[in-house]
Amino acid sequence: MKLPFRVEIEQRTRDIPKWMPFVTSLSAVILAFIISGIILAVIGGNPFQVYAYFFTAAFGSWGALSDVIVKATPLLLIGLGCGLAFKMKLWNIGAEGQFYIGAFCASLVVLVPLVPLETTPKFLVLLLMGLLGMIGGAIYGLIPGILKAKFNVSEIITTLMLNYIAVNWNNYWIFGKFSDAGFQMTPTFDKVAWLPRLSDLAKQYRVFSGITLHLGVVFGLVAAIIIWLIVRYSRWGYEINLIGDNPRAARYAGINITRNIVLVFMVSGALAGLAGMSEVTGVVHRLQERISTNYGFSGVIVAWLAKLNPFATILVSFLFGALIVAGREIQPSGLSFFIQGTILFLVISSDVLLRYRIRILRQTRETA
Amino acid sequence: MNLEVILRAGLSTGTILIFAAIGEILTERAGIQNLGVEGMMLLGAMAAFKTSLATGSPWLGLLAGIAAGGILSLAHGLVTIHFQADQVVSGLSLSFLGTGLALVLGEGLTGQNAPLIPTADFPLLSRIPYIGPIFFTNFNILVYVGYLFIPLAWFFIYRTRPGMHLRAVGEKPSAADTLGVNVYAVRYFYTFIGGCLAGLAGATISIAVSPGWYSNLTTSGQGWIAVALVIFAQWNPLRAALGGYLFGMLRRFMLDLQGPMVLLGMRNPFFYDHNLVFFLQMTPFILTIVALVWGSRAAMRKRLGAPAALGVPYVRGERGL
Repeated sequence: MKLPFRVEIEQRTRDIPKWMPFVTSLSAVILAFIISGIILAVIGGNPFQVYAYFFTAAFGSWGALSDVIVKATPLLLIGLGCGLAFKMKLWNIGAEGQFYIGAFCASLVVLVPLVPLETTPKFLVLLLMGLLGMIGGAIYGLIPGILKAKFNVSEIITTLMLNYIAVNWNNYWIFGKFSDAGFQMTPTFDKVAWLPRLSDLAKQYRVFSGITLHLGVVFGLVAAIIIWLIVRYSRWGYEINLIGDNPRAARYAGINITRNIVLVFMVSGALAGLAGMSEVTGVVHRLQERISTNYGFSGVIVAWLAKLNPFATILVSFLFGALIVAGREIQPSGLSFFIQGTILFLVISSDVLLRYRIRILRQTRETA
Repeated sequence: MNLEVILRAGLSTGTILIFAAIGEILTERAGIQNLGVEGMMLLGAMAAFKTSLATGSPWLGLLAGIAAGGILSLAHGLVTIHFQADQVVSGLSLSFLGTGLALVLGEGLTGQNAPLIPTADFPLLSRIPYIGPIFFTNFNILVYVGYLFIPLAWFFIYRTRPGMHLRAVGEKPSAADTLGVNVYAVRYFYTFIGGCLAGLAGATISIAVSPGWYSNLTTSGQGWIAVALVIFAQWNPLRAALGGYLFGMLRRFMLDLQGPMVLLGMRNPFFYDHNLVFFLQMTPFILTIVALVWGSRAAMRKRLGAPAALGVPYVRGERGL
């Protein structure tokens, strides 16, 4: 049988227009929602109802919108860190673990306590917690970094295994040492260790009452700008880009690859650790089990969807924050997970359109 | 603590890892790295359990599990083989996709009881003194399938013509192509086989070894351990089998360690402080890392490492491997 047309795929020779990556990614996201809707309809749900609910749950009120930004904050920090590592083709999938260790180290300031909480000023406590969170995350990122750089051990596996180790490590301290009367959580932190929130201003401005948005989002935005400056303008950023694009050329140029692998892993871990600190001080105000709803993995997707661009990461993490906020209220519970996977899958498939032209040609007698 | 119990537990839970790891070995031998094992396994476990529950036949369930893993893996095949997308990212998203799909379709399965794969004695071999009662008695049938599967996989890869084609495609696809091997078809086929085996591994959990559906705790990271096992095994099914059984034994040993009050003549800390169990639960993951470091160094030394074209897309007529 002869089809009346044929499909030809050829490599693009000319540069693609600037808007095209954006349009293909956006269509991929939309298509992912359509496919998920079909799956939902097949298992007996009403996709229109669910998506309408999705929308109001995420953007229906100022409170919901602030929840979205709160959820987007850890994703932004983790996405930035992963994006930096991915630039060097380092697959840091261990943000989840680095997040937990960051949260743990930051919590030590309050739980041990490392400083007298009654007398130390708030900003000093928070600064110390932030620093310890970043150091904890960085050290936890150092492990796979050194193993990769020195022994060429696959960082994909080591970072993944370290995730499970970090969760168990935290649980030991939560259940065993710092437990609040045998519950699966530590006592609530002293107010001095709470990140400032908009609702703190409710007395002066009535609008802010109940708005949970906290300072962590500023960490994320500042980090985005810093990462952008580093990658764009610094010598180190140039080295990272070069190693990612052509490691052999980088080595001939005298760039110390081993050192850069370890460094990038540490920065990536530090950002995830800061996300952990921001979550315990800004949202839960205690150390407990399951402080992360898979932020580490969603962060990987965020980074990739944003094409490793720091500013795009802000936008994408906002979208995923909405997905998480809406997802925790709808059944079945795996749906937001499924949508995330579908989005990433379609986005990487759509990349083929950027490299290849797909032409549909009419089949004539001569060509057939 | 009983050595025979630990050994038998290792043989039965090790079967899960062995199916998944050998599947991944076949896929990677063709040059495709599929990190979606965890997702395919979970989907396979769900499909097997649900089908067995609905039809009353564990065998249909087994088939459904295998098919589910295989079909999901084709998505990875399409994206990485034809679209030349990054295999790491595609594999990760496959893990998400499989997990999400399994959770969505597995709603309401928790707490149900499905018909299970029957247990049996291995004919004749079960009568060998000492060895028979330990290795060939009263296991679910999939354990024996595992026994037979390991040497067959090894023989296939190293001693048959299609096995040679498989290795050639993973080492130097352009050379294989020149000799008339269809590189794309081989890669699709073994990606599919790897998915099927991951699905089988999932089914082995949910309708045989530790029956039931516990949402994403059903696999609890075993898919990732299987991927690590491939590297540790240096892409050799026999070494993967050894690693898989050892790992299974270790998990049981960790569990049993909390039992006795006295250990090696000393107070058993794990008996008195139950929170130390979290350190025991870390151990498999720590050991995986240690095994990987050791395996990677050995692989570097012996130059027996990964297939040369692992993770590299093949495009006809372009320069490359």
